[in-house]
Amino acid sequence: MLAVSVRRGVENKILFSAKDLCTWFELRRWGFFRVGSVKAVDGVSFELRRGETITIVGESGCGKSTLAKTILGLCLPARGELNFDGKRLNGLNTRQMRSHRSKIGYIQQDPYGALPPFMTVRRILEEPLRINKTGKKEEMKRRVREVLAEVKLTPVEDFIDKFPHMLSGGQQQRVVIARSIVMKPRLIVADEPISMLDASVRIEILELIRGLQHAHNLGVIYITHDLSTVRHFSEHIAVMYGAKFAEKAKVKDILDNPLHPYTRALLSAVPKLDPANVTTFKEVPPGEPPSLLKPPSGCRFHPRCYAIIKGLCDVESPLEFEAKKGHSVACWLYRK
Amino acid sequence: MKKDGLLRVEDLCLHFRTNKGLVQAVDGVSFGLGRGLTLVVVGEAGCGKSSLARAILRLLPRNVHTYTGRIFLNGVDIMKLGEERFRREVRWSKLAFVPQAAINSLNPVVKVGNQVAEPLLVHRLAKTKSEAIARAREACELVGLPGDFLSRYAFELSGGMRQRAIIAMALAARPALVVLDEPTSALDVLTQANIMNLLKGIKQKFKTSFILITHDIATSSELADIAAIMYAGQVVELCNASQFYREPLHPYSQKLIASVPSLRQEKRPEFIPGQPPSLLNPPKGCRFTGRCLSRSNRCEKEPPLVEVKEGRRVKCWLYQ
Repeated sequence: MLAVSVRRGVENKILFSAKDLCTWFELRRWGFFRVGSVKAVDGVSFELRRGETITIVGESGCGKSTLAKTILGLCLPARGELNFDGKRLNGLNTRQMRSHRSKIGYIQQDPYGALPPFMTVRRILEEPLRINKTGKKEEMKRRVREVLAEVKLTPVEDFIDKFPHMLSGGQQQRVVIARSIVMKPRLIVADEPISMLDASVRIEILELIRGLQHAHNLGVIYITHDLSTVRHFSEHIAVMYGAKFAEKAKVKDILDNPLHPYTRALLSAVPKLDPANVTTFKEVPPGEPPSLLKPPSGCRFHPRCYAIIKGLCDVESPLEFEAKKGHSVACWLYRK
Repeated sequence: MKKDGLLRVEDLCLHFRTNKGLVQAVDGVSFGLGRGLTLVVVGEAGCGKSSLARAILRLLPRNVHTYTGRIFLNGVDIMKLGEERFRREVRWSKLAFVPQAAINSLNPVVKVGNQVAEPLLVHRLAKTKSEAIARAREACELVGLPGDFLSRYAFELSGGMRQRAIIAMALAARPALVVLDEPTSALDVLTQANIMNLLKGIKQKFKTSFILITHDIATSSELADIAAIMYAGQVVELCNASQFYREPLHPYSQKLIASVPSLRQEKRPEFIPGQPPSLLNPPKGCRFTGRCLSRSNRCEKEPPLVEVKEGRRVKCWLYQ
């Protein structure tokens, strides 16, 4: 069943790629009649190389968490292709899927909700090792200590027998990170890892993830709605709106030269520390993000867009145009 | 900073009794706030900022040990009022509250309009129900909530709209002061910008005062006139907001400002190493000593609240 796709050259080392990925949730009335589907991810493509980070930014309800779950194998894609480390992931059976999941680490949004309250830190970190039946007891113990030291929960003795509620938010998130790397994954999916944390520990946690990434040459998919931290902790950004990518480029290109009207709005809404803010109002596009059950026709951003081209944007969905090498934007303004 | 402003808090203390001992959540906090101004209370999680909000509004849990100090609202010491009089005359009609995680605070089985109208009826600010509904509609339109949302339930509204409904509820009775406890921390950047625009508009239009409690410094700059930086239950710096953003004085404030990430800057944001002290047994002397880079022997003694410039106070030996 394992359809091994063409192995790419070692020099470019593409770790993960998605091609035209769609994840749809079917809606049924009385559990029987199909009445439509929520297209949470609708035609998303990207590539990620080893040791690099791609940030996926978007508002709540744009499908970014569903994308994360699809990558992790927790949701089944309706269409499209997923490749991880040279292997095609579509159509794996349960056992193969389990071994695939052990190679991808997952950092959840709410650390307290993600840690079972009745388990000690030791037990939490042993759990993945037990499930995947790796090694002997001694080895397991050694590995647990090793990862705790790696996430800087030292001295290890102080933390290993504690329950999650005895730790602060930042420490809980460190345990979640430790759990995500305990199986030595090659890819980490971080779903809003800092949004539930206090502002003062956010940078610390991002630095930690970045450090682990450099130490183990990990690929990281970082999902967030907050652009302000992206510059220092990521190489690529994909801006997601209404289940599709609106713009995709290197961090610098997007932050310094945003092209899509939505990206521009998003960037101008990021809070900046400036005492002059008290008197000025921010320009925010009117309206709300689209419903994914009945998305607007044409470009999904057109009802809120200031640069709408009548008769084109509201009729036809824009293709991804390459504005610059490695900078693609799905907007009719940049058609060639 | 006008001393004889709308609100003056003097030496406010709120301690809780727990199984492990006394938690000194708010320990000797004093500040003043003029009409139409906004005070931002900034601090890490667990520094007592939410307790401060609850202490001002007297929304106390059962395990209160000490609740002392003086709070003057329009020159009246509201700490001396009895519980019933406080409820009837002060809470919500003069002091309103937007709780943390406000988007989950709406009643799921009552229509939004009725919820916004309810405080008006309870406080007898509207005589009939239809009058209350009409005023609720006014308040909703003020915060940008379309009139037909009044007959909807909370689950039919998006997060930003629910937040607006809560703000409408707080504003319906036209209070002089609204305490906002992390009003935007659960929202997206665009919605956050929208809500901040809305609050700014209300502040300019009605001269409503706000106390904004947050850990997000960049967002706080949207509204702030005065900044109070809280650490381990105490205010360590109290100054004009622009002074705090441009040149913070207390070592903790300096660290806080350095930790703010920015979109444009090349400089990497810093973080504050270490943990804030437990409020159960806070260290003697300066509470920031353990994490402070400029500590000295003096710091073992409690630092005084030094007045550096007019109206600018710092609780640190460095400015003695």
